Amino acid sequence: MNAPVLEVSKLQKNFAVHRGLLRRELAQVKAVAGVSFSIARGETLCIVGESGCGKSTVAKLVMRLAEPTGGTIRLNGTDITHLHERELRRHRRHVQMIFQDPYASLNPKLRAADIVGEPIENFEDLSATERQKRIATILQNVGLRSDAMRRYPFEFSGGQRQRLAIARALAVNPSLIVADEPVSALDVSVQAQVLNLMVDLQQEFKLAYLFISHDLGVVEHIGHRIAVMYLGRVVETASKKAIFSEPLHPYTKALIDAAPVPDPRQKRERLLIEGDVPSPLNPPLGCHFHTRCPFATQRCQAEVPQLREVSPGHHVACHLREDGYRGVLSSAT
Amino acid sequence: MAAVLNTTAAVPLRVHAGLGEFVLRNPTIVLGVALLAIIGIAAVAAPLLTGDPMAISPSDRLLSPDAEHWFGTDSFGRDVFARTIQGARISLAVGLSVAVLSIIIGLVIGLVAGYYRRVDGIIMRFMDAMMAIPSILLAIALVALTKGGIGIVIIAISLPEIPRVVRLVRSVVLSTRELAFVEAAVASGSRDFKIIRRHILPSAVAPVIVQATFIIAAAMLSEAALSFLGIGVPPEIPTWGNMISAHKLYLARAPWTIFFPGAFLTVVVLAVNLLGDGLRDRLDPRLARRM
Repeated sequence: MNAPVLEVSKLQKNFAVHRGLLRRELAQVKAVAGVSFSIARGETLCIVGESGCGKSTVAKLVMRLAEPTGGTIRLNGTDITHLHERELRRHRRHVQMIFQDPYASLNPKLRAADIVGEPIENFEDLSATERQKRIATILQNVGLRSDAMRRYPFEFSGGQRQRLAIARALAVNPSLIVADEPVSALDVSVQAQVLNLMVDLQQEFKLAYLFISHDLGVVEHIGHRIAVMYLGRVVETASKKAIFSEPLHPYTKALIDAAPVPDPRQKRERLLIEGDVPSPLNPPLGCHFHTRCPFATQRCQAEVPQLREVSPGHHVACHLREDGYRGVLSSAT
Repeated sequence: MAAVLNTTAAVPLRVHAGLGEFVLRNPTIVLGVALLAIIGIAAVAAPLLTGDPMAISPSDRLLSPDAEHWFGTDSFGRDVFARTIQGARISLAVGLSVAVLSIIIGLVIGLVAGYYRRVDGIIMRFMDAMMAIPSILLAIALVALTKGGIGIVIIAISLPEIPRVVRLVRSVVLSTRELAFVEAAVASGSRDFKIIRRHILPSAVAPVIVQATFIIAAAMLSEAALSFLGIGVPPEIPTWGNMISAHKLYLARAPWTIFFPGAFLTVVVLAVNLLGDGLRDRLDPRLARRM
């Protein structure tokens, strides 16, 4: 495999909580606490997790829409973690973003051609007619008719709007597209169309995707590798096949078991967890998951488990793995 | 490649059946524009409509309105009709100039303050300080320091309006900059200037237009007040404030010398306010939807 498009290492983001007239700093929320991953050309890495686990923050950090507190982000080999906006702008053409809500992410006062044309204007010195030609081609690539160019966002349906957002992201031939829950605002029937479009475009343009989602069904459809996040940390990362067939972390197993299955009569052994995600303001010591984990030991309450490779490409952060509780998960009911 | 989708079904937002419906839906806008149009045309065409507003005729002093002098004459025998119509030129010019000047400056400062959070605190404290200065005192000080004249009056009235425009624009910028499409523009590599011009400025246009009408009304009143106090436009130039000021002693003997400029001032300010109210209801999408 060639050099990774994106390499993120020990990424951290703390948000300060202020209160009162003098905006005294009360606490730091560790939204992202040391996340590492890399994405190769043409590959899709999915980050999954419950709401509030920091997955969207990771997307914003990679886009440098938020300032990282620590760690490094390397895009095509260049460290962009602390680049100033002026230098950063040159790198922005290599990484583009698709947002969750296609109703909010498109300026309602601009025509489709101006929306898709904006990144082209920023990075390429084309004549007006050349640019129009490019825009028409891109719109066609995402399955919109070229007469869509003169229309305003409100004239499109939700799925068409997200196609427009994809067209904008594609416009300057990026190597990486960060997609933050790109289909969760869409109807299920439209979700499949948009996902298939993304897969088609990936194959055609050798795109890498950083795909943020909470929907395991979507992830199973589009992902190559999957990283599971819980309270700001990655707890398990592996190929899609390994995650779904052999989840090693109890949280991963519980997530998969919680996903609905089309046949309600199907008998399944399910690992169910109770309670809510603890407050990220005051996360549990040791393994963040120990308050909800049915197998938690004393060690889990005291010591933070490190992400370790247990088989090629399969990393998990769980003490049970190391302590030889290999059988626990498979026998769990 | 994905199939090409049909993107028809363009629904026009709202089409008016005609002028009649527009009048029925927006009576305040129509009334305001009509009044302003009449007075505006009269002001522009003043030299054709009236005689010389400066011509003194001592034998015709303080004549009551008649066929020759529609609005009567003043204490120098000057035609009040000619002076009132000519006065509209000054009033409207001052109102428009103050609005344009304070909006342009206020818009730039407001966009900068709202978009660049680092300078926001400094700029806004400075604006607070400006708002704390009584506007009449500021005008008196400015006129005392300089030779006076229309230009100084316009500046003196504009200065206190600027912080109000800045506050308005800044609040629009603060709410707009958090929208996802602004973030999307940053992500697609647009420069700050382009983001402000293309994605943020358009949201500020509607509230600023509405604010402009209120500034015009307030500026015309301020000009009249300054002229009345004798620190505005030089007294020989016919403005409504000057006319009222010069003849306050003749209120009982020749009320027409004060009534006509006063009535015109009232009507124009009312018309501008009607227009502003109508535009606000029309341009604010939350209000417009209910109508």
